[in-house]
Amino acid sequence: MTLIAELLISALLVVGALFGLAGNLGLLKLPDTMTRLHAPTKATTVGVGTALIGSMVYFLVFQGTFTWHELLITLFLLLSAPLTANLIAKAYVHRSRGQETRPPSATGAPWATLETDAQAAARQDGPAAES
Amino acid sequence: MIQIAAAFAMGCFGLGLLANLWLALRSSSMIDRILAVDTMTINVIALIVLYGIHTGSGLNFEAALLFAMTGFLGTVVYCKYLLRGDIIE
Repeated sequence: MTLIAELLISALLVVGALFGLAGNLGLLKLPDTMTRLHAPTKATTVGVGTALIGSMVYFLVFQGTFTWHELLITLFLLLSAPLTANLIAKAYVHRSRGQETRPPSATGAPWATLETDAQAAARQDGPAAES
Repeated sequence: MIQIAAAFAMGCFGLGLLANLWLALRSSSMIDRILAVDTMTINVIALIVLYGIHTGSGLNFEAALLFAMTGFLGTVVYCKYLLRGDIIE
């Protein structure tokens, strides 16, 4: 039983470490800001969450105490990572106005945070008028 | 075995921390620096938790929780400042 727990905890820690390393190297190596945003906000959050779950299993099995802190930290990181990614992307879209390095949005419309109300209304009325 | 795995994980996250520091110091864009500092706090949380496994004590988790909160707030404040030129309007 102890061996199984040790294997499980070690596997969780190593997988979390590899995810974290992938996220950090992605942050270093990816070509531009919009793609660089993906690596830390997804891979590193998953890596830290996995390591935290490993720590929770460790304290449950070897110390006999169930700690809520890891669960709280995991929940908080999973909640805050999309918010920070959204804010950083919004700041980038606003600051890179007029630069060629900014990629186009995938929908064909302008980036939502730059779109005026009239443009949004025209875009939403267009398909409805056709149908 | 857990000690070896924890040491390996600490090495990986420490390497990631150095990569983030490199990006934060050498990048030309302000957004990249904010992203690097945000990732640095995430890596520090992982290092604190792994240090807790290494020493077998759960005393460090409050520090990790505080890092999670202040890191998130710091990133939000930096982005808000870049967007609006003011933090609380």
